Amino acid sequence: MTTKTAKIDRLAELTARRETATGGSLWAEALRRLRSSKMAMIGGGIMAVFVIIAIVGPWIAPYDPTAQTWRGEVRVNAAVFVGPRGDNWLGLDHLGRDELSRMLVGARQTLLVGVVSTVLGLTIGALIGGVAGAALSFGGAAGRRLDTVLMRFIDMMLAMPSLLLAVSIAAVMGQSLTTVMIAVGVVQIPIFARLLRGSMLAQAGADYVLAARALGVRRRRIVLGHVLPNSLGPVIVQTTLALATAIIEAAALSYLGLGNPDASQPEWGVMLAQAQRFFDQAPMMAVYPALGIIITALGFTLLGEAMREALDPKLRS
Amino acid sequence: MSLLELDDVKVHFPIKRGVLFDRTIGHVYAVDGISLSVSAGQTYGLVGESGCGKTTLGRAILRLNDITSGRVLFDGTDLAALPDEEMRQSRRRLQMIFQDPLGSLNPRQNIESILAEGMAAHGIGASREERRVKINEILERVGLPAGALSRYPHEFSGGQRQRIGIARALVLEPDLIICDEPVSALDVSIQAQVLNLLEELQDAMGLTYVVIAHDLAVVRHISDVIGVMYLGALVEEAPSDSLYAEPRHPYTRALMSAVPVPDPDLEDTRERILLRGDLPSPASPPTGCRFHTRCPWRQPERCDTERPELTDIGGGHRVACHYAAEIAEGTIRPTTELAPRILGDAEPESEPPGVPVP
Repeated sequence: MTTKTAKIDRLAELTARRETATGGSLWAEALRRLRSSKMAMIGGGIMAVFVIIAIVGPWIAPYDPTAQTWRGEVRVNAAVFVGPRGDNWLGLDHLGRDELSRMLVGARQTLLVGVVSTVLGLTIGALIGGVAGAALSFGGAAGRRLDTVLMRFIDMMLAMPSLLLAVSIAAVMGQSLTTVMIAVGVVQIPIFARLLRGSMLAQAGADYVLAARALGVRRRRIVLGHVLPNSLGPVIVQTTLALATAIIEAAALSYLGLGNPDASQPEWGVMLAQAQRFFDQAPMMAVYPALGIIITALGFTLLGEAMREALDPKLRS
Repeated sequence: MSLLELDDVKVHFPIKRGVLFDRTIGHVYAVDGISLSVSAGQTYGLVGESGCGKTTLGRAILRLNDITSGRVLFDGTDLAALPDEEMRQSRRRLQMIFQDPLGSLNPRQNIESILAEGMAAHGIGASREERRVKINEILERVGLPAGALSRYPHEFSGGQRQRIGIARALVLEPDLIICDEPVSALDVSIQAQVLNLLEELQDAMGLTYVVIAHDLAVVRHISDVIGVMYLGALVEEAPSDSLYAEPRHPYTRALMSAVPVPDPDLEDTRERILLRGDLPSPASPPTGCRFHTRCPWRQPERCDTERPELTDIGGGHRVACHYAAEIAEGTIRPTTELAPRILGDAEPESEPPGVPVP
């Protein structure tokens, strides 16, 4: 927990430490650095390909991903599987379905879970963190108490292993796509909350906030117009990184059998779980979804890391 | 008549410890009982070394820090007792200029937005156009190009940024401006420009300034009355000329003697008092006179038990030292233990502590 919180707080400090005269061009400069970063380009490229596949997947998939068209050719009991061939570029799965079509259509589910759960975690987390940060900075004694209550709650969530938390939520709420999204999203809440709060605290101590107070600007306007916009940098970085985590965790939940029970929607995590039974005979069936998950998560992580570096003044060359 | 009057103002910051419940384990006595008054149209200079509480005092006047006790009378109203919303409204008449011109400007706001913000908060100017007319007028006054409106703080030079900070304060037409180290972040050549601008504006608009600075030359240049702070309290206050001609408090003398004189002969022979030791912690200030731990003129008993009051010694010159008169007459000589070194003389022999040299 301590390393985790330290990491989050470190990220929160990043935008506060702007010793050079970058100012309004912070984003412009970050963008310029992103463009010259190989890591960002590769990560962004992977992400773009993934998103496009997720959107157009069902239309470019050569076959119906759920139709057991080649049922007769695969005999599981006799250990007869069909590998890549002219008609089926990635071969067939254990029920005689086209593996490539399932991969292409499955991307959408993966992206959907990743995005929805991250947005969920971001919204609630940022709300709690934003309220706590604003309360602590500008709410006086009552605000300090509110902050303490909120943050101890967040610390409790943070102290729980994320996958365990997700498994518990999924187990309590039953098996469905919504459950997976909620479970993965809830895990992200404490991270975003702590991050935004830390970032806001750093900004609240800045001179321009003091100047706004001296001007007689109202507290609400100071928080919404000054502190919040300047605190969003690390949150945006974290969102990118969280997408990668969400995709992996969603796949993990599906793998553990807590995923979407709807068999008509192929999903990489479910595909991986099912392929595991035949790993000895047909390892490629597990390798495809696993590679999909790894490469996608890698893409998001690369982009997130590149953004973090672009925004970190300490790493400037 | 005085526009601003401080009456025994104290700002103590609690030092807190604890995981779940905060316990107060002590206080930092940042400002510990300051009384002074500033007349309308005057410039009051506040000097002292880093950590003496001068910035805290400046912020306390605007209630940017909580005031522990005491009264801040501004034009007859006690600001320390005002409810938050009324205090916010009265900030139109009290403004502040900050030390770090870039840090005090929001990097994501353009100049028009920065200058219009205060006006919007106080309901000055009915429309955007009306405000823009006013903003342009102020921009011209502080010497910024009219095209600056849509640009961002980082596009300006240091001096220009400080002009933006000044313009931001001026659009509200304040009566009193607190200048917290207004030029210490600027190049020397720019410092003079900004100081002259401040003086011009004072003449033209009838402003009253409280200038906080550690640079004695800056304060001398601009101030009518100067207050010298040490560890959260005033040790001496006098009209500018009187203070520079005849510093009466040992601390002021030490400060003055640290300013180089542009005359090599004089520079080599003049008295230089080199203080030993660091500023004591404001969390546990020395008993008696705050300065007695570093004072070369320290006398046994009285200095470390009784805290001297600011007393008027004539001509508006106030000193907080038990032995100011004796030191001026030369009947008390500095001890060598705390090393008042008269350059040009031989290195003084070491003496037992606390014994006056005959």
